[in-house]
Amino acid sequence: MKIICNLLFISLSLLSAQADWLSFRGSAGNGSSDLSIPVKLKIKGEKSWAQDIPGRGLSSPIVIGDTVYLSASSGPYQENLLILAYSSTDGLQQWQRTFKATGRTVCHKKTCVAASTLASNRKVIIAQFSSNDIFCLDLAGNLKWTRGLTFDHPNIANGLGMSSSPVVVNGVAIAQVENDADSFTFGLDVTNGTTIWKKQRPKSANWTSPVVMAKKGQALVGLQSKEGMTAIEPKTGETVWDYQEGASTIPSSAWAEQGIILIPSNGITALQLDDKLQNFRQIWEDNKLKPGTGSPSCHRGSLYVINNANVLSCASVKTGEIKWRLRLKGPISSSPLIAKGYLYVFSENGLGQVVNLHAEKPEVVHTVDLDATILCSPAITQNAILVRSDNKLWKLSN
Amino acid sequence: MKVHFFFFTLIVSQVLADYEKKIIKAFTQVSAHGEGNIKAVEAMDWADQLRPNSIPSLLHAMNQANPVGDNWIRGAIAKIIHATDTLSFPRDQVKAFIEDKKNQGSSRRAAFEILHRSRPASAKTLLSSFLTDPEPSLRREAIDVILEDAENSPLKKQAILLFQKALKNARDVDQIQEASDALKSRGQEINLVTLLGFKTKWDILGPFDNTERKGFNKSYEPESEARHNNSYQGKKSQIQWSSFSSSDRLGLLDLNKHYGELKEVVAYAKTSFYSAKHQKVQFRLGSKNAWKIWVNQELLFARDEYHRGGTRVDQFLIDGELQKGENQILLKICQNEQTQPWTKNWEFCFRVTDSSGQVIEEVSTN
Repeated sequence: MKIICNLLFISLSLLSAQADWLSFRGSAGNGSSDLSIPVKLKIKGEKSWAQDIPGRGLSSPIVIGDTVYLSASSGPYQENLLILAYSSTDGLQQWQRTFKATGRTVCHKKTCVAASTLASNRKVIIAQFSSNDIFCLDLAGNLKWTRGLTFDHPNIANGLGMSSSPVVVNGVAIAQVENDADSFTFGLDVTNGTTIWKKQRPKSANWTSPVVMAKKGQALVGLQSKEGMTAIEPKTGETVWDYQEGASTIPSSAWAEQGIILIPSNGITALQLDDKLQNFRQIWEDNKLKPGTGSPSCHRGSLYVINNANVLSCASVKTGEIKWRLRLKGPISSSPLIAKGYLYVFSENGLGQVVNLHAEKPEVVHTVDLDATILCSPAITQNAILVRSDNKLWKLSN
Repeated sequence: MKVHFFFFTLIVSQVLADYEKKIIKAFTQVSAHGEGNIKAVEAMDWADQLRPNSIPSLLHAMNQANPVGDNWIRGAIAKIIHATDTLSFPRDQVKAFIEDKKNQGSSRRAAFEILHRSRPASAKTLLSSFLTDPEPSLRREAIDVILEDAENSPLKKQAILLFQKALKNARDVDQIQEASDALKSRGQEINLVTLLGFKTKWDILGPFDNTERKGFNKSYEPESEARHNNSYQGKKSQIQWSSFSSSDRLGLLDLNKHYGELKEVVAYAKTSFYSAKHQKVQFRLGSKNAWKIWVNQELLFARDEYHRGGTRVDQFLIDGELQKGENQILLKICQNEQTQPWTKNWEFCFRVTDSSGQVIEEVSTN
C-alpha cells in the first residue's frame, strides 16, 4: 500500500512539474507544451475564471504547481512594482508584494514597466522590470534579495521601455539590460543577487530575451542582439560561440528539441548544435519566415512563425521547408503557443484563435473574444491557458 | 513565577531588539552593485522573528537607506505583516511617522502605502493634510481629490476656485496641465511657461559635426576654455553664438527652427541662472536626442540615446547644486543620421526645481 501511495505521489509530482510554465514562452523556451488544452476555450467555462489585477502589464503569467505568478506596475509613473500570486483553481489572489522602482519608468504608451515575464527554478521567482529592478522571492512571496541595475548604472535605460525576460539556469539569474547607452548582460547569483559576471553587450536597444539551449544535461544561454547571437556558459558568462550575421532586436529565438536554435535573423536562420553545444553549423535560412513582433514557436519538428501581415507559416525545423500558410486576424503582437496539435494565439484586440495543426489543411477551429487589448503571450496550465490584459487575468478552459 | 515570566519577557524583548538592530544595519548598508547583499540575505531570514512593533523602527531605517535598501525594508515589513494578525498593526505609530515631516519623503510615502493597505480608512483621513507636503507623491494624492471635486462641482465659480487651488499647489506636470486646461475651458488662460519655470532664452551655437554619432563624445570648443570665443569652426562653416528663444506653451526649444532640419549635427545651448543662495536643486530636462549637461563647467550627466520615445517635460531629473549668484548652464543636444519622420526632432525643454518640484525662482539681475 505504501509503495502504491509513493508511486502515486511521484506520478502526481511529475505530472505537476510537467504542467509548470516557468518562464517567457514556457519551460522549453519555445512556446510549446505536451499538455492537452481544450480546443473550445470559454470565458465562462466550468474551469474558467477571470480576475481583476491591480496594475498594468504585458508580461506573461508563469505557473508553478497550482499557483499562477504575474508581474504588474501601478501608480502615476508606474513606479509601483507588483508581484502577484493567484490560485490556478479559482483565481483568488494568494499574495501581493509591492516594491518601488529605483530606475527610470518612462515607457512608450503601448508598453509598460511590467513587460518582462517572471522566471523560476521552482524554488524562487525572479522578477525583472523595465526600471531594471530585479527581485527574487520565494514561492510564498518572501523577498530573498533585490538589485537595482539602473541604480548601479544610471545609463542602462531605454526611453521606449525595456522588455527582456530573465532566465534561471544552473543557479544563475541571467538578465539582458541592453540599450543604446550602457548595455550589459548580468549573471546574478540566485542565492543572494550578487554579480557573478557582467558582460559588455552591443550598444543598441534590444528587447529580446535570453534563451536556454539545453541538451543531455548541458546548458548554454543564447544572447540575441542586432549583431547576431552569442552563446555563453551560464555560470561564467564566457562566450562559447558567436553567430555574427545579425538578428532581430524584438522577436526572440526558439530552441528546438533536435538541438537546433531558430534565430530571427535574415528571416529565420537555423543553427544545428553539436551534442556538447560547443559548435554550430548553419543548416538553413529563409527570409520568407521573418517573424513580426511575436517570437517563433516550435513543436515536434515544426516551426511556427507569424509575420507582420498576421500570416502564420509552418516550416520544417530541420530543413526550413515551408509546409503551409494561414492568414489570421490581427494585429498580433504576442507569441503563439502550441499544445498537442493545436496552436493558440491572441490578437491585440483580444481575439483568441485556435488553429488545428492536425488537419490536412490547417484552419482556425475556434475563437474566443476577450474584448480587451492583449499584448502578452499566453501561458499553459492543466487543461487551460492563461492570458492577461492591463487589468485582468483569465484562465480559459472549457 | 511572575518574576520568571518577567525575566523571560525581558530576554525575548532584548533578543528581538538585537535582531531588529542587525536587520536595520544590514539593510541600510546595502549599496550599489550588490554590495551588502550577502548580509542583507541573512538579515531577511531574521525578519521572521520580528513583530509588528518593529515596523516603525524599520520605517525610520528607510531615512538612512538608499532606494534599493528601501526595497529590502519593504520586503521585511511585508514579511512581518504577512505573518501576523492585522489587529497588531501599529496604526498610530505609522500614522505619526507619516505626519512627521522630518522623516524622508520617500519613507513617509512607503509608510502611507503600508497604512493604506492595512488601514485604508485611516490613510484616507490624511489626504487633505498632504496639500502642501514636501513629498510630491503625497501632495499628488491631495491634488487628485481636489481635481475630482472640481470636476464634479455643479457650480462654475466653485469649480474655478478648486482648479485654482489645485494649480497653485500641484507639482506634477500632468496635474498642472489638467487644472490649466480646465481653467482655460472656463475662460481663464494660464501661462504654463511662467508657472513651470521653463528657461526659454538661450544662446545657441552650432551645427558641429555628428557624423556616425561621433560628435557626442567629441569635446568641441564650448566644452573647454575656448567656450567664450567669438567664432568656431562648425560642421561646414565658421559659426557663432546667437540668441534663441521659445514661445512654446511648454517651453520647447526647437533647434530645427533655427538651423533647418539638419542631420548628424551637434548644437550647444548656454544660459545663466541667478540663484538667491547656494542650494541643492533638480535640473529637469526633456529631450529625445542625445544630450549632455554641465553646470558651472561640471559635467552632471550624459545620455547617448536618440529618438526612443518623444520629448517630455521632466523626462530626466538631474540632481545638482546652484551657487549663490550666477550659474552657467551648458547643454549639448545631438542629432543623429536617422531619416524616418519621427526622428527629425532636434529639441529640448529645461527648468530648475527643488526636489519636490517647486520651481526655483531666479533673482533679478538688475
